[in-house]
Amino acid sequence: MADKVKLYDIPEEEFLLPGNRMCAGCGLSLIYRTALKALGPNTIITVPASCLTVLHGMQGFTSVDKISVLNTPFATVAASASGIEAALEAMGKDDKVTCVAFAGDGGTTDIGIQGLSGAAERRTNFIYACYDNEAYMNTGVQRSGSTPYGSFTTTTPIYGKTEHKKNMPKILEAHDIPYVATSCAAYPLDIYAKFKRAKEIKGTKYIHILSPCPPGWGFSTKDTIKMGKLAVETGFWPLYEIENGKFSLSTPSKRLLDPAKRKPIVEYLSTQKRFNRLSNEQIEEYKRYINQSWEYIKSKNLTTQLL
Amino acid sequence: MVDQKVHEIILASIQKPVVGEAGKTGSWSRFKPKIDLDKCSVVKMNKDVCHFCWLYCPEPIISRTIPPKINYEYCKGCGICAEVCPPKAIKMVEESEL
Repeated sequence: MADKVKLYDIPEEEFLLPGNRMCAGCGLSLIYRTALKALGPNTIITVPASCLTVLHGMQGFTSVDKISVLNTPFATVAASASGIEAALEAMGKDDKVTCVAFAGDGGTTDIGIQGLSGAAERRTNFIYACYDNEAYMNTGVQRSGSTPYGSFTTTTPIYGKTEHKKNMPKILEAHDIPYVATSCAAYPLDIYAKFKRAKEIKGTKYIHILSPCPPGWGFSTKDTIKMGKLAVETGFWPLYEIENGKFSLSTPSKRLLDPAKRKPIVEYLSTQKRFNRLSNEQIEEYKRYINQSWEYIKSKNLTTQLL
Repeated sequence: MVDQKVHEIILASIQKPVVGEAGKTGSWSRFKPKIDLDKCSVVKMNKDVCHFCWLYCPEPIISRTIPPKINYEYCKGCGICAEVCPPKAIKMVEESEL
């Protein structure tokens, strides 16, 4: 389980340089900035085509300092991480250098899933971080496997997506890897703690981070933190970690086991433009979905307590 | 000599870290955060007690010092710091009012 982190435990050293290409109020920018502080300078990051490629700049110049980054084609992020890890092992440096694959939800749930599944099955010693902005935001908001139910994108029907979000952490949990965690951009301390913990464990580690996206979701840039907190507090995005099969809810989500403590889901849905065509039946469907996913979490929590 | 050529191509694709890769991003927004030092709890207590603006800023442009300093040249003006500030010491103002 990740240790509790206080604000002043986070180092002041910055790996992200000011004046980069990310949108104002980007959740990913905050995730990446915090994650790099936890990972430290001895890190090799591999990035597929995504918003992160935009951050890494055009030919010749980049906004990321002190860290080696490899830009790879879309489907190959986990495969390239496996290659990097194999090279590190051959040189005897795999204890000192951390290998991290940082991909978007499209590169994870749709295009990169076979590479990721293969790397997890081979027990490759690396961290796979998926930042989930719930669509292909970089190319102008197209639907991905991670887009939530009823959300409007440029490639969904007029009443929004008809299927629920793919539960990627659950798929990775089925691979029996040592560490699976979910986090959210609105909780930088939680992100820092989970990356720190993942760095200490040997084997495949998977961290799935929800990243609010102001232009794609349709909210004001100042509300990025508010959106992330609402997603967690309504129970839509539970924060938890599973270490060697032991399930534990993270602090912001712990009290939400009681349904009365959860904020109404309408609060989350009504503040985003992508949900403004939701009908009452679709909202009812959302309530059922959240209750169902929390029933699963409750059963997981109970079995861990009995162990 | 093939190896030499491949080596040169790889070296040519290496990117140099620079500040302001996308230009002066401070010009992206009309509004800029202004810290009211009388309200800021870090300044008031003169010790490290809050610094939420530094933690939540998506860009590395707010310093963890007393008082916190904002790099206006690259501040994109998203307004997150003004939202998360517990004593509401940060206000978004027009650039001319800074």
